[in-house]
Parts: sequence; C-alpha cells; structure tokens
Amino acid sequence: MIKLYRYFVILTGYGQQKIKSVYFTTMKQYIRNNTVFQAAFPVTIPVLFGYLAIGIPFGLMLVKAGYPWPLAPLMSILMYAGAGQYIAIGLFAAKVPLLGMLLTILMVNIRHIVYGLSLIEQFKGVGKWKAYLIFSLTDETYALLTGVKVPENVNEGDFFGSIALLNQIYWITGSIIGAIAGTWIPFSFAGIYFALTALFAVLLIEQIRRTKDLLPVIIGVVCAVASLVFAGPSKMLIAALASSLAILILVRGKQK
Amino acid sequence: MTALTDVLIAVPLMALVILGTRAFPFLLFSRRDPPPMIKFVERFIPPMVMAVLVVYCLKDIQWTAWPSGIRELFSLALVAVLQIWKKNAMLSIFGSTALYMLLLHFM
Repeated sequence: MIKLYRYFVILTGYGQQKIKSVYFTTMKQYIRNNTVFQAAFPVTIPVLFGYLAIGIPFGLMLVKAGYPWPLAPLMSILMYAGAGQYIAIGLFAAKVPLLGMLLTILMVNIRHIVYGLSLIEQFKGVGKWKAYLIFSLTDETYALLTGVKVPENVNEGDFFGSIALLNQIYWITGSIIGAIAGTWIPFSFAGIYFALTALFAVLLIEQIRRTKDLLPVIIGVVCAVASLVFAGPSKMLIAALASSLAILILVRGKQK
Repeated sequence: MTALTDVLIAVPLMALVILGTRAFPFLLFSRRDPPPMIKFVERFIPPMVMAVLVVYCLKDIQWTAWPSGIRELFSLALVAVLQIWKKNAMLSIFGSTALYMLLLHFM
C-alpha cells in the first residue's frame, strides 16, 4: 500500500516535499507547545534505555517459550510489571496451576504496598491521572515520581501522568521489539540495563542530598544485604522492604 | 507448557493481583487518614527503597568468582562521583552505563 503510494508520488511528482514538511512541522509544534512533554520526557530517558534493554529479552523469551508475539504487548499493557512478567513466563513453562501462579505473582509484587504508602499524600492532587498512576506504579516509575521536582509552569498530575505513561510506552515497545525481532538484536547492546541501576543510584544520592539523613539509607542497605544473604536473590526484595519498613517504624515511628 | 487459552485466562487475573498490590494502600486509606506512625515515616520510605533497589540490582553478582562484581562497583563509584560533582543525572547515568558496557566488553 505504502509502496503504491510512493510510486504514485514519484510518478506524479505530487507534493512529496510538502507532505513531509507539514508532517514534521506539526510534530515539532506539538512537542514545542507541549511543556508537559518537554518537562517529562528528559526525566524518563534513562528508563527508556533501561526498559528497552529488559523489555526486549522479555518479548524474546516469551516467543521462544512457544507463545505468539501479541501476548507480549498484551501482558505489558495489562500486567505492566517487569519481574512479574518474567516470572510468569517461568510459571507458564512449568505448567503451574492457576492458584499457584496468582500466589507467586502476589508475593513478587507485594512490595508495591510499601510504595503506595509513601504516595498517598503525593497523589491527592493529581486529579484524573490518579487511577492510571496507581495502576502503573513500577519500581522505576516510583523512583522517578519520588525523586523529581515538578516544574513551576506544569500541572502536577499531567507531569506525573506523562512520566508514568511514557515509561509504559517504552516497556510495551521493548516487549514488542523483542517478540518480533529479538533474535536479530546484536549482542553489543549487552550491559545497557545498567542504566536502571545507575538511575536508582542517582535518585538515592539526590534523596540523601534532599533529606540530609543517612539513617533510612543505612537501614535499607543493611536489610537488603541481610535479605540477599538469608532469603536469596529471588525473595530478597520483599524480605528487605518488609524488614526495613518495620525497623524504620520502630526507630522513627515514635518521634513526633 | 501451559496452553494459550489458559494463559489468556491467567494474564488478566495476574494483572488484577498486581493492580491489587498497587491499589491496596490507596483503598485502605481512601476514607480515613493513615495512622500518624505511617504518616511520619512515609517521607523516609523513598530513600530507604532506593537503597534497597540499588542492592537488588546487584543481587545476581557472583562475589566469589571473577570478576566478582568489580565492573558494577567501578561503575557505581563513577555514578556517585559524577552525581556529587556535576549534579547532572543524565551525565551520571549514561557515563556510568557506558563504562559498564566497556568493562563488560573488555573484561
């Protein structure tokens, strides 16, 4: 269809330049006029690289496990949970019964309760975006939402919502690329997932700079290392968050 | 391997479970205020979670076998130096990621 259209354009010499320029000017104008996009997009760039880097292997693994490619975007749209989706592939492959699947997914994602607890106040002023922001609360989106400052000329809800939506678009895109073309991606992109580790580290440093308080960080590190040693890599996240939250409440909960 | 029809039933249900974990605190405290204890500690939760997530990203390193996480530690050191020195998140993230990819390639 497109080929036919191009042929027609070449044949008649009809307004090719014009169509192109009109299209690009509208795009440019849209981006230039959209201050929310301008404010939100740069913040999400590390997640763009990180989500492509881990979304592509997800799509690839799902297709290699024997499922059709549209299942990858379907899962990325409905579930939208990195660790949860990877584990789901394992659950499918192992033919785990439905109840077992749901319980495993619950255990992997129960950490999100801790995230929500610290966002109740922050989400009071986000208006129509609230439901979507809660739905799309991944580790990376949580890290950005608690780490960035809302620019003065931008609506808070639109800013947070755009960050969350862009992140999910990256994730869906990554899983589609992986599911359709995963086997052709050159190996030299290995290691780009480190962008997410670096993102968490940067946001950690900014949190310390803002709060000027090392105790929560020390509690977090000690509990995480202890959980890694005693609970193992697959269970460390929930063990670390539960234990560090308990210690934080014990240490800081009494102060008024 | 689970049949595709069963997978198509499982995926929306898993999605509901995930949404449940994300929405739980908001539903619980939609009518009443969170207890003062939670309100007081909530501002300490983000730095604590970031610390946990950084350690979590290092969970698969084999500390007893070469290269024993040296690449990750060098790259994280670069993140810290760049971020404290230049305060430019993009520079810190992509500088360290580039270093990590180079180390991965050459070590």
